[in-house]
Amino acid sequence: MLTEEQQALKPNNPKMTARDVNVFYGAKQAINKVSIDVDMDNVTAFIGPSGCGKSTFLRTLNRMNDTVASARVEGEITLDGENIYAPSMDVVQLRARVGMVFQKPNPFPKSIYENIAYGPRIHGLASAKADMDVIVEKSLRRAGLWEEVKDRLNESGTALSGGQQQRLCIGRAIAVEPEVILMDEPCSALDPIATAKIEELIHELRGRYAIVIVTHNMQQAARVSQRTAFFHLGTLVEYGVTSDIFTNPKADRTRDYITGRYG
Amino acid sequence: MNAPSTTLASPTRNPTDWKGAAMQKRIAARYAAERRFRLLGMGAVLLSAGFLAFLLFTMIGNGARGFTRTEIALQIDFQTAPILIDPATVNAQSLAGANLQAITAQAADKALGAGGDALISPNAWLTVRDAILDNPKVLSQKITLSLPASTGIDLAAKGDASETDEAAYARLQQSGVVSTGFNSAFLSASDATDPTQVGIWGAFKGSLLTMLVTLLLSFPIGVATALYLEEYAPKAWWTDIIEVSINNLAAVPSIIFGLLGLAIFLNLLDFPRSAALVGGMTLALMTMPVIVIAGRNAIKAVPPSIRDAALGVGASPVQVVFHHVLPLALPGILTGTIIGMARALGETAPLLMIGMRAFIATPPGGITDPATVLPVQIFLWSDEVSKGFIEKTSAAIIVLLAFLLAMNGLAIYLRNKFEKRW
Amino acid sequence: MTGPAILLLLLGLGVAAWVSARARATRLQTAANAGPARGAMHSLPSYHGWYVALWTLVPALLFLAVWTNVMPGLVTESVLADPAAQSLPSDSFGRGAILSEARNIASGKQAMAFNPAAQALVEPYRAATSKFGTGGVVLALILAFAGGAFAFTRIRPDFRARTRVERLVMALLLGASLLAIVTTVGIVASLLWESLRFFSMVNPFEFLFGTKWSPQSAAMGFGNEGAFGAVPLFWGTIFIGAIIAMVVAIPLGLMSAIYLTQYARPNTRKWMKPILEVLAGVPTVVYGYFAALTIAPALRDFAVAVGISGASSESALAAGLVMGVMIIPFVSSMADDSIAAVPQAMRDGSLAMGATTSETIKRVLIPAALPGVVGGVLLAVSRAIGETMIVVMAAGLAANMTLNPFSSVTTVTTQIVQLLTGDQEFDSAKTLAAFALGLVLFIVTLLLNIVALRVVKKYREAYE
Repeated sequence: MLTEEQQALKPNNPKMTARDVNVFYGAKQAINKVSIDVDMDNVTAFIGPSGCGKSTFLRTLNRMNDTVASARVEGEITLDGENIYAPSMDVVQLRARVGMVFQKPNPFPKSIYENIAYGPRIHGLASAKADMDVIVEKSLRRAGLWEEVKDRLNESGTALSGGQQQRLCIGRAIAVEPEVILMDEPCSALDPIATAKIEELIHELRGRYAIVIVTHNMQQAARVSQRTAFFHLGTLVEYGVTSDIFTNPKADRTRDYITGRYG
Repeated sequence: MNAPSTTLASPTRNPTDWKGAAMQKRIAARYAAERRFRLLGMGAVLLSAGFLAFLLFTMIGNGARGFTRTEIALQIDFQTAPILIDPATVNAQSLAGANLQAITAQAADKALGAGGDALISPNAWLTVRDAILDNPKVLSQKITLSLPASTGIDLAAKGDASETDEAAYARLQQSGVVSTGFNSAFLSASDATDPTQVGIWGAFKGSLLTMLVTLLLSFPIGVATALYLEEYAPKAWWTDIIEVSINNLAAVPSIIFGLLGLAIFLNLLDFPRSAALVGGMTLALMTMPVIVIAGRNAIKAVPPSIRDAALGVGASPVQVVFHHVLPLALPGILTGTIIGMARALGETAPLLMIGMRAFIATPPGGITDPATVLPVQIFLWSDEVSKGFIEKTSAAIIVLLAFLLAMNGLAIYLRNKFEKRW
Repeated sequence: MTGPAILLLLLGLGVAAWVSARARATRLQTAANAGPARGAMHSLPSYHGWYVALWTLVPALLFLAVWTNVMPGLVTESVLADPAAQSLPSDSFGRGAILSEARNIASGKQAMAFNPAAQALVEPYRAATSKFGTGGVVLALILAFAGGAFAFTRIRPDFRARTRVERLVMALLLGASLLAIVTTVGIVASLLWESLRFFSMVNPFEFLFGTKWSPQSAAMGFGNEGAFGAVPLFWGTIFIGAIIAMVVAIPLGLMSAIYLTQYARPNTRKWMKPILEVLAGVPTVVYGYFAALTIAPALRDFAVAVGISGASSESALAAGLVMGVMIIPFVSSMADDSIAAVPQAMRDGSLAMGATTSETIKRVLIPAALPGVVGGVLLAVSRAIGETMIVVMAAGLAANMTLNPFSSVTTVTTQIVQLLTGDQEFDSAKTLAAFALGLVLFIVTLLLNIVALRVVKKYREAYE
């Protein structure tokens, strides 16, 4: 495995690209001309003050904005070179390939096993019960939850602690073998110990999945990511190697934010 | 965190083949299921709305004819059939002995040929009597009156009768004495035995009186209860009992209130049977919980900051409520009251229990007179065998629905106009 | 003096009291404000006005309320003491008839007497009525003046008129609230009392578990044995209200709610939701008429055409179908609430996994909303079994225990109406049976509501 330093300096291997993306909610523009590449081998962090559009932009990457009636997206976003807003793109497939983990853990009110099995089942990824068992175990292991729950897979997912619930949600996303995982402030509802576990997990998952994490916590961005994008008022102010952004920001707005002038 | 590292060390990732034929077929099937489900939902909405349309269509189709009446112009010559009453002393009692039935029937036979009296309504002589009472001088004249036709002729005029009636109607049409027009008597008369004579005014007045009693009782009591529970009630076992009672009363079947009215108001307290007073009291008990619940929601919606502001300038708790909270909550309370009243207006079962199903041929003069109400009148007419009652029943339903629609429309208007977002 | 006139007079006195007390208090206030201690008046002048007005009105009105109830007795006493009453028959029935005739003539309800004895009593009646009536009015007026005067003398700057008035307002509010309890107790007591009388004539077990219902035969003197087995009624009620109506209402209501909340455009929703709610606002007598006039004959013709035996022009199916339609908006709004209570995060979580909307609804939303939906269905059942007019008009009177939806069945509510229609004798088992049926209906709907509300409440708490 590469060291943190080496990882940071590896050349970009873009998994998703966005070009001149505008997002509108009704008449209000939420994202203005954002262009960015999401790297396959690196964890990308979106930072910025609240209301800057980082979560909105994240949701355009798997078209979750489609569920908001008034939302409209302009520009081009590609996954492996394919425009995800093209009519030929199937949103069901897209979301299976680009998984998402939400701010607040949202396990379904079903058993732990059924939570993990939900995605493979709707997408028909396992035909036999034995196959499903393998997927569930593999996903829970990757989510670092297997040892804690292997004896109580039939208990409700909502009975777990907050941190465990969030790891269950990560496992649920992993179970459909996505290529990209989007995380929308995954630790904001968790305590420091649970947060540390999730951060460790992100570290483990890097390289296997392209990971984008939205966070308002700059220390977290510095800890888990190799690429950082700074959003402000719906625009992308600066994007680059994380260590550069934090030690030597090019834009004044980035510096002011990082040094705590506003936020 | 030891387990993940071992699994991750052996990369077993096998990317899903999304473009494969099997997967494409599966996705197509999933989308088909999605479309089916959506259509199912749309079908449910359309079926429900379609049923409503069918119901209204049937009622209007049947009922529109109920607002019209066929009349036959009949010449009556009082000079050949003299009534020996001095025009100066004519009144209902002196005419009672004049055998107007026979005179009318003879006139009909004479003008319309043999069997002519079967073509006019059996109660047509009442119209003759009213004409005489109106102007006693006609007793020495030859007059032409428009008399209601018999049910058979009436139905024939509306294209729905037996062949003999059709033929008789055709003959009448040729002689040009028959006409079908708006039946103003339907809106001004009361119940009668003959469908051509009935009207809804008696039942309608009964409904008005009943609603008046219901409103006067349930509104103040309901609002007072809502205010007390929401603003003053201490948290105690007996206030819990009040709350539970109100919630239960809101769910009790209406017929149970009828049994209560029968056992308490009629048998125990000996109030007059069949009267709007008892009907209104019974319905008030039913409507009160609706007003209380709506009132509490409206009062709850008034923000606490307004109470704090009033208390802060030294208002007493009673002043706070009556000067500030109640005026702000009033539109919501009124909306709930109108909805509760609309429900009471359409209610039938409890009123059957307290005897408001009597045959009421004269409109009630007050709240203690025997009365019936519009829904009960509909129920009574629906039981009649005479075919002419079908259109009258449907016409009465149209009137009732129009009133309910107007009340609900008013409630929606109030809600929209005064809806405040704090 | 007539009742309304007395009330108007008292009201006038009340207004006068209010005006004069307020004027006096205003003068006192002006004086107090001019004095060294500013604002020394405790209550606003209008509160003093209310205080005096209430003292004027309340005791007098209370007295009148009591007096109108006591007076007829006093009048009768005094008439009976009259020499003309000595010739009255001694049996209470004959005496009562003559007295009431005399009373009617005296009050002008009746023009002339049939019984000469009554005619003789008219004058004493008139005299006694006017004597006690005038006495009552005079006493009421004295009370009004005394109360008003007493209150008027208490107007002082430091008198806490507002506190007193507010105390009365609070008492009124509390009294209004207690009426709910009184009503509930009244329902329970009247149902229980009459039911107990019924069960003293008919064995409760036979009533609850007997299978033969023929109250007419009991009324005709064939005895109460085996005539009051209510099981066929219970079955008919369940068959129509809990089975047929729900088979119509649950799928249509649930799917309507799902379509309107999850698929329909906001504009469609804005229009369709109130239109569906109209279904709940149509009076039940209209549904009943519709079921009897249009649906039932059509169903009978259909049944005859396809050769189903036992088809009747009043059928369980006709009543059940129409009742189901009436319940649709009820089920739909309960389902709407339950689905809306499922957190948006659940829906997002499922959609983000690549589930389609219908998969999300079927596999996540409905399972999560199920307790709420079940609670709503229980409430709907409780409403359906208590519904009266539709079954009275369309279901029939035959107490059949049948599974054939095209045949006629009868229900608890139908029989209550049937038993209490026409001449009622309040000591026959036939009439009292209606109250026993009412008691069963009351208990069952109450239990259904309690269970349903508990289920819904638990479910709501799960997501809060």
